[in-house]
Amino acid sequence: MNSRRRQAVERGTGGPPLRDGDHTGGPAGGRSRETAGGLAVVAGDAIAPPPRPEPPPWSAPAPATTRAARRGDERAPLGFVPLAAVAVAFLTLPLVALLVRAPWGSLPGDLTAPGVLAALRLSLICSVGALGLSLLFGVPLAWLLARVPFRGRNLVRALVLLPMVLPPVVGGVALLLAFGRNGIAGQWLDSLAGVTLPFTTLGAMLAETFVAMPFLVITVEAGIRAMDRRYEDAAATLGAGRWRTFRLVTLPLIAPALAAGGALCWARALGEFGATITFAGNLPGSTQTMPLAVYLALQNNPDAAITLSLVMLAISLAVLVGLRSHWFPSR
Amino acid sequence: MTRPTGRRSLAAVGTLLAALALVVCACGANADAGGERSRELSVFAAASLTDAFTQLGDRFTAAHPGVTVTFNFAGSNDLVTQLRQGAPADVLATADTRSMEVAGDLVDEPLAFAGNKLAVAVAPGNPEGIGGLADLARADLKVVLAAPEVPAGKYAEEALAKAGVSVAPVSLEVSVKGVVTKVSLGEADAGVVYVTDVAAAGEKLDGIAIADDHNVLATYPLAALVANAHPDDARAFIDFVLSPEGQQVLADHGFLPAP
Repeated sequence: MNSRRRQAVERGTGGPPLRDGDHTGGPAGGRSRETAGGLAVVAGDAIAPPPRPEPPPWSAPAPATTRAARRGDERAPLGFVPLAAVAVAFLTLPLVALLVRAPWGSLPGDLTAPGVLAALRLSLICSVGALGLSLLFGVPLAWLLARVPFRGRNLVRALVLLPMVLPPVVGGVALLLAFGRNGIAGQWLDSLAGVTLPFTTLGAMLAETFVAMPFLVITVEAGIRAMDRRYEDAAATLGAGRWRTFRLVTLPLIAPALAAGGALCWARALGEFGATITFAGNLPGSTQTMPLAVYLALQNNPDAAITLSLVMLAISLAVLVGLRSHWFPSR
Repeated sequence: MTRPTGRRSLAAVGTLLAALALVVCACGANADAGGERSRELSVFAAASLTDAFTQLGDRFTAAHPGVTVTFNFAGSNDLVTQLRQGAPADVLATADTRSMEVAGDLVDEPLAFAGNKLAVAVAPGNPEGIGGLADLARADLKVVLAAPEVPAGKYAEEALAKAGVSVAPVSLEVSVKGVVTKVSLGEADAGVVYVTDVAAAGEKLDGIAIADDHNVLATYPLAALVANAHPDDARAFIDFVLSPEGQQVLADHGFLPAP
């Protein structure tokens, strides 16, 4: 994992060469570079960051040349190509089926049906809000998990990642028990601040954050672990404070991991259904996001549901491809 | 230092997965072995029938050794969608006649086997003093309904219209069980659900009756699938549901006789 992530960092920024010591861990660093199997690598590769406008003097050659030079000797281990092809077919065929079965004739009508635009707008607001909250709280958490060897760190990490394996509906019930009107914390919010979260847009945003933030934390933590700390040390010896070092050295170096984690987090938030319906409910205009609208449309009008799903797909694709071309204008 | 740990935990995960695979295989093998002796009747039933039909299935198996009943409980619309996409089933039971009509040519002649009606679900002891549908218009109450796309929501809409009450719900849940959850957890003050939901929730909910002239009577139909693998068993199961014993089980769970 670490060596893969390191590779994402290295590729994206054209960053520093790996330290010798780092090679000892992974199953042959070179091999894992060729296969590039992990989720984070795929995401990191697709959404790697822009070359820094003003590369620091210590930065390595531009990423394009590194990649081109490397491509020549990338030969996959036997059997990888057909296996990968199966994976691609499995993942894309359902999407192709959606396109094939899409009711193109009724598309304009379905798109302008009342509530669709409201659901779309709400989905974007909530998913971007969830991403913002995840960045604000998740990046410091990832840094602490990666850098500070405190007692119980593994436990904290496991707890933080738990929402990834929890069925989202159960997560929603847990959120209600914690932050609902009668929840452990929610009753205080209600009586002291007069704030109730269920059935509000903020509640939908929090439900999405609960489910999506772990994806950001796990990716960014790996990125921070994989980066070469000597640059931070150098910045510190040159007199940079901790915050300045983080901002000017650490952040640019972990930018690929940040982008990959951010994209995963946002995408997870955008598609979130179970926790949102359970915690925030479903009211057009205030808590009905696209996945909820799609599910309800599926009850009576499957064609409309397909249309709405296509809209979500198109938007996600536009954002992911847009990010990618922003970072790789040449490709 | 962290890497050996990582490898060890990776090995642990691998062992766990292998063990899991073994268990799954073993279960599969058992089911196969059983399948030679006993026939498996597949019943697709509306989610609101979960408790009643599970009990019916046990009684049916007791009376018909050699037949095991497996259930797929989901929203009526979901069930019909699954059948349309080729899911194998022998019997379909829905919570409204409309979804059965949508199933159309997939099923034989449907028979009404039970009825249901609506009630207002409130917290135990009715702390807000809700007396009926009309109170749901109160501005100080958080009211949750099922979405009009699902049967319970459609019925609730009809009942509120009959009573001339206009409600501003805080949420339109995607299933009636969502309404039950919100009210039983105290997040909402009231919701419109089936009387059977109130019966199933036990002490977590109180039900306030809705006057008969405002209430909506839901009809539950069931039918054998045209292309079913066990026509005789399907017939026997439907007869059992309609028999006095089957009807008694349904009544125990709060269902009304078929209208």
